[in-house]
Formats: sequence, structure tokens, C-alpha cells
Amino acid sequence: MADLLLTNARLIDPEAGTLTLGALLVKDGRINEILTQDVDLNDKRFPAGNRVDCGGKCLAPGIVDIGVKVCEPGERHKESFRTAGLAAAAGGVTTMVTRPDTIPTVDTPETLEFTKRRGAEMAPVRIAPMASLTKDRAGREMVEMGFLMDAGAVAFSDGDNVVTDNKVLSRAMTYARGLGALVMGHPQDPGLSKGSAVTSGKFASLRALPAVSPMAERMGLERDLALVEMTGVRYHADQISTAVALPVLERAKAAGLDVTAGVSIHHLTLNDLDVGDYRTFFKVKPPLRSEDDRVAMVEAVASGLIDIICSMHTPQDEESKRLPYEEAASGAVALETLLPAAMRLLHVGAIDLPTLWRALSLNPAKRLGLEGGRLSVGAPADLVLFDPDAPFVMDRETLRSKSKNTPFDGQRMQGRVLRTFVGGTEVYARA
Amino acid sequence: MTFRAKHLLGIEHLAPDEITTLLDLADQYVDLNRRDVKHSDTLAGLTQINMFFENSTRTQASFEIAGKRLGADVMNMAMQASSVKKGETLIDTALTLNAMHPDLLVVRHPHSGAVDLLAQKVNCAVLNAGDGRHEHPTQALLDALTIRRAKGRLHRLSIAICGDIAHSRVARSNILLLGKMENRVRLIGPPTLMPSGMEEFGVEVFEDMRKGLKDVEVVMMLRLQKERMDGGFIPSEREYYHRYGLDPEKLSYAKSDAIIMHPGPMNRGVEIDGVLADDINRSVIQEQVEMGVAVRMAAMELLVRTRREAAQEQGVMV
Repeated sequence: MADLLLTNARLIDPEAGTLTLGALLVKDGRINEILTQDVDLNDKRFPAGNRVDCGGKCLAPGIVDIGVKVCEPGERHKESFRTAGLAAAAGGVTTMVTRPDTIPTVDTPETLEFTKRRGAEMAPVRIAPMASLTKDRAGREMVEMGFLMDAGAVAFSDGDNVVTDNKVLSRAMTYARGLGALVMGHPQDPGLSKGSAVTSGKFASLRALPAVSPMAERMGLERDLALVEMTGVRYHADQISTAVALPVLERAKAAGLDVTAGVSIHHLTLNDLDVGDYRTFFKVKPPLRSEDDRVAMVEAVASGLIDIICSMHTPQDEESKRLPYEEAASGAVALETLLPAAMRLLHVGAIDLPTLWRALSLNPAKRLGLEGGRLSVGAPADLVLFDPDAPFVMDRETLRSKSKNTPFDGQRMQGRVLRTFVGGTEVYARA
Repeated sequence: MTFRAKHLLGIEHLAPDEITTLLDLADQYVDLNRRDVKHSDTLAGLTQINMFFENSTRTQASFEIAGKRLGADVMNMAMQASSVKKGETLIDTALTLNAMHPDLLVVRHPHSGAVDLLAQKVNCAVLNAGDGRHEHPTQALLDALTIRRAKGRLHRLSIAICGDIAHSRVARSNILLLGKMENRVRLIGPPTLMPSGMEEFGVEVFEDMRKGLKDVEVVMMLRLQKERMDGGFIPSEREYYHRYGLDPEKLSYAKSDAIIMHPGPMNRGVEIDGVLADDINRSVIQEQVEMGVAVRMAAMELLVRTRREAAQEQGVMV
């Protein structure tokens, strides 16, 4: 593989927390040298031909996105490894951590191998598959965690099927602890949230939709964390979206539990009022929260209490969304809109770029034991070059995902991915 | 003439002057409906389809009579027994009917927002006959007309709405309408049947019915659905009647000339005392039914007028 020199870039280093002008030398798919502005680029050790002038734009480690639903196997009419992979590359996501809630569930080494193989063949970005925690995500029997880890499962999660039987969950967690496996939970009390489509409050009452109190999230988190304390398992809460859950998370971290938490980009940039006149593209799980909750989530990411930002990419076809709000499917596609939506947090002055990349790239890689997410010598050259200021109007028909269910359709956004590299190979370049 | 709406989806989208226009026209239809020959040709040649995805006797009959008295060709479709059962989506059903060129579509659906969704996909005027727990605009309008005729005005009145607010589209539409017309609205009911955040709508919330009824001029009772009485929301029917059923003793806290309303059908002995409901000096429940036809006639005529004016501007006749 030819060496590659990326010059004149604003380098985002989430580990050091810095943003500096410089250049990057890539050798054999890895970052070989990080150069400051004053280095003479005419030196013989640099390739003469294979150079990219970054034009002063931002160069950062590629995004590691926990919780991407690819819909393959089972629902390839909604999304495939090919389309999801192209969308990821165009969105600066260099590792898709895939969800197991497919048809069938990824709950055996065989199905996991299928997703790995399909991903490697069809997607231009890296795939890190998750497996379910219980067979068929039914909450009764644990999966073959040992075999699945040998096959490459990076974490275990039943997605939004909350395991209701505490005995089952405690045993699965205990077994996972023995293997050092990461268990990802969906903190939500299933009884309280049953049948709900929106968060309770004035808007829910006006639109007369079945609503769930934000307290259901805290109750779910408290239950999970009690079992984490009991079993000692490594635990990640997939999405924290309410202010009432934050003190619980803070206490668990202060007590030294091995706990991290994520939040979806939608809960950082949208609130419940965005649903407006029953717009089902804004129906996600958990439902969009109040503006106060949204602001609290942004602050929690800035302070590091919430570790990880993810897209919660969930493709849904038109038929599943063109229904009355209660009946419509949940979820939004987000691989391509994650970065521009995150730029909203930068442009309002809420979070700086190194802090954003800590949550988008470094922390998820560290949590899953992956190599990426770093801008340091020896790290894989999974990189995204982007212009944080470039304005555009989102047109959902331009998305590479097969499903076009984005809540950002028609909205003004800033932040364009210019190039994406995986292992030093360019997988996307903006035309 | 100030009526601009293309559909009647909810009170939320109506301005106070539009409400007044509609009630004024409805007043005229009350007179027509009391004559021997109750017929007008306003909607002659137009087609009205009533699509009810949820059971209804009273509302459907009221819409049917309203359309027929205005000369429209009216068709009723019992949607529960039709293609919906065969798996056709709401939108496909709407598109199919739209292709038959109806002029007025009257829709009731068990899900909030479903009628809004349908209205986006058809070319004709859509009237919401109740969507889930969301809105029931013609009910609120007929209530408003009943109040205006009984009290001589529709502003600065103290009005109590009592019962199952949470599951009631009638309550929601009435809260919006009465608020827009600048009345003082009180909501009375057990906390399990009260939606959250109601204070932010500019209403007062009471759990104690006697306190809530103090000096009100209008008492609006709501129907309690049988399926809510199983201990999930309230402990029992008899405890509900004891605490929230309207009887002469509780009514004595309201003003002496306060009127009693109920959208029907009533559960006598659950939310309202049977004798009280029939008291011609206090109860206006039968007038409400009468006003319903007039209000629906007015609503359909105004929607057709809006459409005709819009079409004339484009140089096309409908």
C-alpha cells in the first residue's frame, strides 16, 4: 500500500483534547507520523505523489458508531450492508457496531459469522458486530457468550427488548462478568413505558398520544445498575435521554462501577415539540424528550458524564412510517446526518470539537476494545476529513441508505464530510 | 364571512372569528331544522362519505342527517367491516375513496392524528368526527352553540368539565374552544384520569368536585368508558359515582342557574344522576343533540364555500 500524506489539516486529537494545524503521514494503513506545520514537507521520507491538501479543514479519527441497525439478515428492503456501509462512509463513520435485532436475531456464532462476512464483502467500512444477550432476545435463556466472543462479538444486547426477569438478567450478567464481556442495556421500565409513543407532558396531552414519564428511564437504569453492582459486570447504557436519570448514573460512576452511557444524536438535537402535527419521522425509541432534558444531555456529554454519542441508525420503509403516530414504527436513519447534526452542538458553543470526538470516536472504541478512535502514531488510519461550517439543506432523497426516514429532511445544516479513509484507503470523497 | 379552513380537523386550527362565523350560520340552520320542510340545496350534487373506523350511532346519524338536509348524496361506510380488516392501510383506503371524487369526507378513527394524516392525502374537505383521544371539533362547536343560546354569550363564563379528561377528545376540543373564546375553564376528575401538564393550557384543575363546581355557570359531564372502571384507573363504579357523579347535592355548589351538559351516551348512575339528566330546567342534553345537526350543516357548508372560492380564484368550477 502506497504511503499517503495528508497536509494542511486541523487535526482533532480526542485523547490529548487538542485541535492543531499539521499533517499526517499514513504508512501500511496506520498513522506513521504526526507532523506540525513547521516540518519541511519536501523531505525525502514523504511520498511525492500520494498527497491530499486538506485545505485547512478538520481531520479526525473516524466515528465509531455503537448501535447501527443494518436490517440484514431479514429486512434487506430497508437496508443492506452495502447501503449502510456507503452511508457510513459518506457520514464519516469508519466502524459500524451493528445491532443484533435482525430477523433472525444474531444469537449464535453462525449468524454472527454471517454478518461479519457480509459486512466485510459489502461494506467499505469496518463492522464490529454485537450479539444478543438472550436467545431470540426473548429474555429467557442466555446466548453462547463464549463462542460468540470467539467469533468476534464486541458486546451483548437485547436492544429495546428489556429483560424483565431479574433472575435471568443477573445470571447472564454474572456469566458475562466471567468472560469480561460488555453488556449493553436499554434502561426503560417495561411496565411504565408499555404502549407509549411520546414523553408525557403538555405536548403529549395536546396531541393526545399515549405517553411515558421520564421516570421510566430512571427506574430501568436503577434496576440495571443494582444488578451491575451485584454481579460486577461491565455495563453500557445504550441511551440516556432524561435529566432524572443523570444523578443515578453519576452515583454509579462515583461508586466505581464499570459503567458507561450513551445518547443518540436525536436526543441531543431535537425535542418532543418537533413531532408537531404527528410527524412520524420524529418517532424514535425512547421518545424525544423535553427541551430541558435535551439541554441536560448536551451538558452531560460536555462534562463527560455521558460517554458516547451514537446515531441509533434505524431504517424504516415508507409503509412502516405512513401510519397514524401510535401505529407507526420507531427509529430514524442517521449514519449520514450524525456528523452535521453534531456540528449544531459545536456552532451553538455547547461542545468543542475534541470533546465531541471523544464521545463520537475515542470513547466507543475504548469501551469496545477496538483499535480506532485515536489520532496517534500506530493507530489505524481510519480518518474523516470534514468542513464543520459548510452549509446545506438536507434532502432525504440524497441519502445513501435504502430507507429515507430522517427527521432532518428539509432542515438547514452545517458540516460536510469531504473524505473518509478506512485503514488508509479512501472509501468516500465528496464529488 | 371569515372562514378560511380547508378542513375541519380540530379546534386547534380555528381562529375565534371562524368559530363565531360557524356558530352564526348554525343558528340559522336551527331555524330551518324546526320547520316542516327541512331542506336546502346548498350541497346539491355533492357527495359526502362518512367513514367510521370506530363504532358510532349518534355522531354518524347526525352527520348523515346534516348532509341530507343540505341536499348532498350521503354514503355511510362501516370501515370496521371492510378492507381495513383485509390489511389495507389507512392511506390506501383514503386514496381509493379519493379516486371516487367525494366532496366531503367525514372520518372517525381510533388513533389520535389519523384524520390529519388522511387529510394530507385527499383532495376533498375532511371533517374530523373524532380521532382517538385527540379532537372532536363538531362536538365542541355544538356545545358552544348550546351554551351561547342558553347563556346568551360565549365569553367570560365559568365552565367546569368533569370526569375522564385523559381519554376524552370531547374534553380536549372543548378546552381549546372555550379557551379561545375567553372563558374560565375548570377541569374536575381523579388524578388517574387527568392528563399531565393541563395547568399549562390555562385551565384550573380540581380533584374535589364540590370545590371545582363552586359558582360555575356551566357543568359539562363526560362519559366514563366501561373499560376504565375495572380498577385500572378508578377502584369501582360506585366509588366513582360517590366522588365524581353529578347529583343534586354536588350541583348545589354551582350557580343556581347553571346548565348541565353531557355529550352522550350517558351512563345514568355512574357519572350523572338520572333524574338530574332529565330535569328540563337544568339539563340541555337534548338541545345539544339538536345543535349537533345544525353545527354540522354549517361546518359542511362553510368548507364547501371555501373550496368553491379557492376554485373560482383558479378559474375552475366545482
